[in-house]
Amino acid sequence: MSTETVTGLVAVVIVTIATLVIGTWGLRFSRTTSDFFVASRSVRPALNASAIGGEYLSAASFLGVAGLVLTFGADMLWYPIGWTAGYLLLLALVAAPLRRSGAYTLPDFAEARLGSRGVRAACSLMVVAIGWLYLVPQFHGAGITLHAAIGAPTWLGPVIVGAVVLANVSSGGMRSITFVQAFQYWLKLTALLLPAAVLLIVWAGDGTPGSRMPADPGWSVPLASGGSEGLYLTYSLIVATFLGTMGLPHVVVRFYTNPDGRAARRTTLMVLVLLGVFYLFPPIYGALGRVYAEELAASGRSDVLVLELPRLMVPGVGGELLAGLVVAGAFAAFLSTSSGLVIAVSGVLSQDVTGRLLRARRVTGVAVFRVSAAVAVAVPLAVALAAPNVGVARAVGLAFAVAASTFCPLLLLGIWWRGLTDVGAVAGLLAGGLGSGAGVVWTLVDGSASGWPAVLLEQPAAWSVPLAFAVMVGVSRLTAWRVPAHTRRFMVRLHTPEALELDRG
Amino acid sequence: MTEGPRPERVRVTGPPRRHLPRTRTGDIDDQTRLGSVYLGSLLREQLRLALRTVGVLMLTVGSLPLAFHVAPGLSEMHLAGMPLAWVLLGGLVYPLLVLLGWRYVRRAERNERDFADLMSEVDR
Repeated sequence: MSTETVTGLVAVVIVTIATLVIGTWGLRFSRTTSDFFVASRSVRPALNASAIGGEYLSAASFLGVAGLVLTFGADMLWYPIGWTAGYLLLLALVAAPLRRSGAYTLPDFAEARLGSRGVRAACSLMVVAIGWLYLVPQFHGAGITLHAAIGAPTWLGPVIVGAVVLANVSSGGMRSITFVQAFQYWLKLTALLLPAAVLLIVWAGDGTPGSRMPADPGWSVPLASGGSEGLYLTYSLIVATFLGTMGLPHVVVRFYTNPDGRAARRTTLMVLVLLGVFYLFPPIYGALGRVYAEELAASGRSDVLVLELPRLMVPGVGGELLAGLVVAGAFAAFLSTSSGLVIAVSGVLSQDVTGRLLRARRVTGVAVFRVSAAVAVAVPLAVALAAPNVGVARAVGLAFAVAASTFCPLLLLGIWWRGLTDVGAVAGLLAGGLGSGAGVVWTLVDGSASGWPAVLLEQPAAWSVPLAFAVMVGVSRLTAWRVPAHTRRFMVRLHTPEALELDRG
Repeated sequence: MTEGPRPERVRVTGPPRRHLPRTRTGDIDDQTRLGSVYLGSLLREQLRLALRTVGVLMLTVGSLPLAFHVAPGLSEMHLAGMPLAWVLLGGLVYPLLVLLGWRYVRRAERNERDFADLMSEVDR
């Protein structure tokens, strides 16, 4: 066993053990079903913001961004910007009303707002679809990382991540996961910040190579290549990421753990700060990789740039230690994002599928949640093992596009427009889901052809989001007699501060 | 002095002199026209604030791709020794996002305080 294998192995084992220990420690606070689902709605903003940050920063953020920047240049900086700006839109348009709605999942919100089981079923389907679409690349990333760090077979990473997540989620639920994820945000930040500082010092010591090179025109333009098609791709990416964040099931579930609407806002603001600090670093790896590790881009292994760069730039033990730290951060990224997604998906499954089936047999709420968590892990794990060749960043990008085309219109219109009806909501979900889903299928099946039709399918958000909005508004107007009678009371609940004594329905 | 059982103490009360003043929350609960106006004003104020925040975001960050598309010369400009695109997209965008968020939270909470003050005033 070489030294690189040892540091990588030690890093993975330490993160795994720390995750399990903190999860078990959090277990002491987890007693009721409410603890499991929403940490009994009592998580303070500072802790909650760290947990949201820890949950949100996935494999795509930790590994993907640096690799994309190395390969494609400045236009890839839009990914981290979009992932952060998505929280600004969430803050301004959704955060406080969503918390005040008192619902736990997106299907709960839809049912409470529109009073329809049909809308609820459609939303449950979308939550599970988006959650699984987002889980598969996390498992893939784990496989790549373990392969790069300790030379393990690529099936081992997904299996380990799946097992640890399942153990943690099903033992402690949301309450213990909150501590785990808050810890993992700070671990990820340290694991990126410390090596970046050292690498920058090394770079300065080398006489800042590369800084006086004539600017590569393609690399420092923040636009996808190809004239107006590139402009479309860039704007479509902006639409998908800015609007998709609010529709991601694991992001939304987090808001129910805030004590009230005001805390939800303050939590979101803190998340903006935490994400902004984190995303300063991946581009540094991308830019340094341009100088020191250009062969990674050429050989199509740019996803491992963050893992390899410390070893390439710092010889000896120092480089090994930094590499171990980065592996630990990457592993934390898979664990935390997967945990959040599994919680969200199993929350929906246990309410709408397994709960129905098992409650007839008098199984308790916590047991139902555990069964659902097992299902939520098993399906995407099987897909990840069966189809190991789906790109990490692409799949995550598509999950954002689908979320932006379905839940974003539902949330925005549900919160701000009294005229939304159940029929309109289902029609809009269908239009946006099919439109963006066509893009997903296209990318997974083929995705090779060029020209406008391919460009439109590759990055569907710029047309599928307006389409979903238009269909939702249009059909709601045509079915205006179906506007629920309690709409106004519900608006009171969504928008008035909790301190006021009002009838909230 | 005779030691008999003490007469039971009787509390003398009358009907309340005046009705409790009607609060404005009652208007909202009863869904009166006035209540509808109160709620509508809060909703409009909050939506306007949200849209203003999103609008500033679109005008600043959202206009960058178009600016670089229309004026390709921008990508050759440098700021503090680094390409302009990198300084803007890799660094300066994030403080701007936080600033917009901070301003939004302050104003949204102020709107809610104003609404709460309006509700706690009583009509005489």
